[in-house]
Amino acid sequence: MTLPRFSPDRDPGSSFVDLVRRMNGEPPKVEPNEHGPVIAHGTTICALRYHEGVIMAGDRRATAGSSIAHRAMDKVHPADRHSGVAIAGSAGFALEMVKLFQLQLEHYEKVEGAALSLEGKANQLAQMVRQNLPMAMQGLVVIPLFAGYDLRRQVGRIYTYDATGGRYEETDFHADGSGGRDARTTIKLGWTEGLDRAAAIELAVEALYEAADEDSATGGPDPVRGIYPTVATITAAGYTPVPESEVSERFAALIQHKSESGHPR
Amino acid sequence: MSMPFYVAPEQVMKDRADYARKGIARGRSLVGLTFAGGILVCAENVSRTLHKVSEIYDRIAFAGVGKYNEFDSLRTAGVRHADLKGYNYSREDVDARSLANAYAQTLGQIFTHEMKPMEVEILVAEVAADPPDDQLFHILYDGTVVDEEGFTVLGGEAETIAERMKQAYQATADLGAALRAAVGALAGPDRQLEPRELEVAVLDRGDGRRAFRRLENDELAALLTSS
Repeated sequence: MTLPRFSPDRDPGSSFVDLVRRMNGEPPKVEPNEHGPVIAHGTTICALRYHEGVIMAGDRRATAGSSIAHRAMDKVHPADRHSGVAIAGSAGFALEMVKLFQLQLEHYEKVEGAALSLEGKANQLAQMVRQNLPMAMQGLVVIPLFAGYDLRRQVGRIYTYDATGGRYEETDFHADGSGGRDARTTIKLGWTEGLDRAAAIELAVEALYEAADEDSATGGPDPVRGIYPTVATITAAGYTPVPESEVSERFAALIQHKSESGHPR
Repeated sequence: MSMPFYVAPEQVMKDRADYARKGIARGRSLVGLTFAGGILVCAENVSRTLHKVSEIYDRIAFAGVGKYNEFDSLRTAGVRHADLKGYNYSREDVDARSLANAYAQTLGQIFTHEMKPMEVEILVAEVAADPPDDQLFHILYDGTVVDEEGFTVLGGEAETIAERMKQAYQATADLGAALRAAVGALAGPDRQLEPRELEVAVLDRGDGRRAFRRLENDELAALLTSS
């Protein structure tokens, strides 16, 4: 591979996406129809603010039509040291978008010598969602959820997107994907300002449990295989995955509480 | 039709090399060396913002001396080369050797085919799990690549600094000792270098994905004074 050098007027600057397009060409256009392959979809993701920053969580199930495509897909990913991105929608495109987004943030940081602001990262992701709009019109929608710790304002922030690349900042919490509505309602009922870490993880776990209870495309905890939803915290110290053992304990406690209270709603 | 004057190719190459060397000699030097905890790059640089030492990829660093805009454009090209390769293949497939070769091709091409050679010397360093596997590639303005062992010096006074470095160098030194050896070699016997005149970065041998880290302000001052 030769060194990618450009004349100043053709230089892609700090954009990795533009660089990939210059070097690899445009990605092929696909036009799926009802006879085409059944494509894997990812589902419920949520984020909520707590006193140290933000919690992000997502279930692990990917579906293709009415069957389960994957049981252990990760939908919550670190975007860089102080932000994370969760994805719902067409799995292949979504994972590619996450990969490109992670690379874009690191590429920018290295080329420019400074990291983007949280707002800048959120806007960058909005552009990537918008670039996917032709695909979204064909049914291959990717809806990310972006959250991070704003080092300048010292606060956790959450951004949501629509398929057209519209970017909206949420004040306290949000959930997306097919089970997003149920997860959102659960968080809404339990959320208060200044939750501590344990309470916030508990709430996220409960939200995913309720979403899985109502939505067939959302996976609940799977103690048989030992697969539990992905949970991560983002604070001033950075993005930290919550250990699976801690998540499984939370689920065990939740299930015990629900069976003891005697009336599963 | 007028004929251009004949100039012997030896003369052309010599003139270009002299030109490049003169440009490089105007700037200050830097030292790259391996130590127990990784690779240290120490440059004499009064600017806090115009860096000579930078991160290229997870375990690869870049350093340049000479004309700033020229080595900075090479740095950017290197980041692009590495990020593209990691994207198209895998992060594990990005290595210093192939990057050094790409730099050598480009510099060689410019040296022989363009009006003006690049007035730069660059260092591509990659830290490995064990010290003997560390790689230091020193690339000259004409595309010559040197695979250095232990330490390397870039810049105008490279020979005298390398001589001093040879006396002070110890492969098993810790970070502080390695830094003091490098700074001592850069400064020479007649002067003292202050932390604000230095730009220092390390590639940590540890487990983290991104090994590159700058040593700044208090940390740098503390390492320089302790012994």
